[in-house]
Amino acid sequence: MFRFLLGRLAVLIPTFIGVSIIAFSFIRLLPGDPVMLMSGERVMTPERYAEISHRLGYDRSYIVQYLDYLWGILRGDFGTSISTKSSVLGQFFQLFPATLELSLCAIIFAVVLGIPAGVLAAIKRGSFWDQTIMGTALIGFSMPIFWWGLLLIILFSGVLQWTPVSGRISLMYFFPSVTGFMLIDSLLSGQKGAFTSALSHLILPTIVLGTIPLAVIARQTRSAMLEVLSEDYVRTARAKGLSSFRVVGIHALRNAMIPVVTTIGLQIGVMLAGAILTETIFSWPGIGKWMVDSVFRRDYPVIQGGLLIIAGMIMLVNLIVDLLYGLLNPRIRHQN
Amino acid sequence: MAQTTTSPSQIGPVSTDSSRRARLAEFWYYFSENRGAVIGLFFFLFLIIVAVFAPLLAPHAPTMQYRDAVLVPPFWEEGGRATYLLGTDAVGRDILSRLIYGTRYSLFIGVIVTTISLVGGILIGVIAGYFRGWVDTVIMRVMDIILAFPSLLLALVLVAVLGPGLTNAMIAIALVFQPHFVRLTRAAVISEKTRDYVVAAKVAGAGPLRLMFKTILPNCMAPLIVQATLSFSNAILDAAALGFLGQGAQPPTPEWGTMLAEAREFILRAWWVVTFPGLAILITVLAINLMGDGLRDALDPKLKRS
Repeated sequence: MFRFLLGRLAVLIPTFIGVSIIAFSFIRLLPGDPVMLMSGERVMTPERYAEISHRLGYDRSYIVQYLDYLWGILRGDFGTSISTKSSVLGQFFQLFPATLELSLCAIIFAVVLGIPAGVLAAIKRGSFWDQTIMGTALIGFSMPIFWWGLLLIILFSGVLQWTPVSGRISLMYFFPSVTGFMLIDSLLSGQKGAFTSALSHLILPTIVLGTIPLAVIARQTRSAMLEVLSEDYVRTARAKGLSSFRVVGIHALRNAMIPVVTTIGLQIGVMLAGAILTETIFSWPGIGKWMVDSVFRRDYPVIQGGLLIIAGMIMLVNLIVDLLYGLLNPRIRHQN
Repeated sequence: MAQTTTSPSQIGPVSTDSSRRARLAEFWYYFSENRGAVIGLFFFLFLIIVAVFAPLLAPHAPTMQYRDAVLVPPFWEEGGRATYLLGTDAVGRDILSRLIYGTRYSLFIGVIVTTISLVGGILIGVIAGYFRGWVDTVIMRVMDIILAFPSLLLALVLVAVLGPGLTNAMIAIALVFQPHFVRLTRAAVISEKTRDYVVAAKVAGAGPLRLMFKTILPNCMAPLIVQATLSFSNAILDAAALGFLGQGAQPPTPEWGTMLAEAREFILRAWWVVTFPGLAILITVLAINLMGDGLRDALDPKLKRS
């Protein structure tokens, strides 16, 4: 297991360095003068230009600048936002709980609906249920989620007036952030109606963000189940006279879950990309909206830092999924 | 994989024809078993016809603004007019005509992005898989780096760097799709490389280029074709998403995602401005994905026998 971990790290560290080079290079590839862009000032004297250029380190060679940038990252300094003048890492940690809360809810939504749907489709293969579930899953898989979000807003916020259009909680409520998770904080605050308000704000974004993972998980569960159901040990279990529920629920499902768990892990990257659109539609103050806003504002240190933090996080999550997979499945662990 | 062990380079012209026809018949047999795939295929052909004949089919010019007909609802709603079947948008442009012209953009995006990432991916993947060693390591590390970013985020930032617009959006999307093709090609080439027919071709004196592209590559195409259809639909989705975020095709281009971005502020007042462009995206992507599922069933020999 230790060798397995080392092997993965040997791949991960150069990849992370590559990612940092890309994030670093973006700002140099930009059309226009990085000093003007970074300072955010339109007109300046040559002296002021030289001063800012020196302060930002642009008068040094690229390699020195990069090493300096990398050294900053190792110390946790991802730069400073042009528009808010606060540290990129600080902003990230401030906004990340919102995205995490939304992503967790979406993943739970996708797993709770997707796995039973996939299992049902597999055991009733070829039936009406199978076709309906798989047809719906394919529609979900093909869904432009930004449009899906708008449709749900039209229906549930416009016509039915059940849910709010945007934000995390009604402006009526104000309480200190303890965990960063609105659902938990609103409960802790003890204010009447706060939890319901937070929950009602969360429902539509959860559905929108969870739709594609739901479809992927349902499809993956079905095909994994079909493969497992034709195995000898399942036939043995049936021949032993075990109930259908035991065979499917215990013998088959447990083994079918291995690829599904990997899929769920890999969905996290998809989630963060989906969060870009979902958070934009619902004005959800998370890192997806933060990145989009920064692109609009041309806040390059944030784009640069955010890109690096998000990529680093996804790599870390993938590493954990890999390790768990190796732990579950010795064949993978001993492959290399 | 009985039919894949004979490379086309070893068969005479006459037998190639008959075997190709036989293969096509076999392919159609499995493809047409999947009803959804056939429906998807016909819808896709329909879209191609719409795109080609857009000027003839569209009742109005896509950017023509009728000032006397702003936010007219579809014809079946109260206040709707028969001249604007699906209604008009906030500046009085006919939505149906814009959707018809939008088909051109979406199919164009799909074709260009898929071609760039497929050709690029095959070239790089064959080189990595054929030569292995440090070339392979360097290529795969670079692909890992691209894959470390969420694809839409990377595309968004790339477009921000290159400048918003449809061309740059397509370049950015093609770039983020690249690693999938590289990985697939590489894996297929590695598994094919040690087979007897490749060794035989090598012994017969075939050079590396011939081995790579004429002997090995044709036998690696099945997973690539499936991935290509998936990329086609994803390219349309991602380009529409970039358009929606204001970084893809710019107004007044009748691109579906851009249309949605312009319509966003009217969602609670005029449902039709938002509903139809999105529906067009969904149905198009769905048709291509249906086709992709059918292609996978027909081309994947492992699934064929189950």
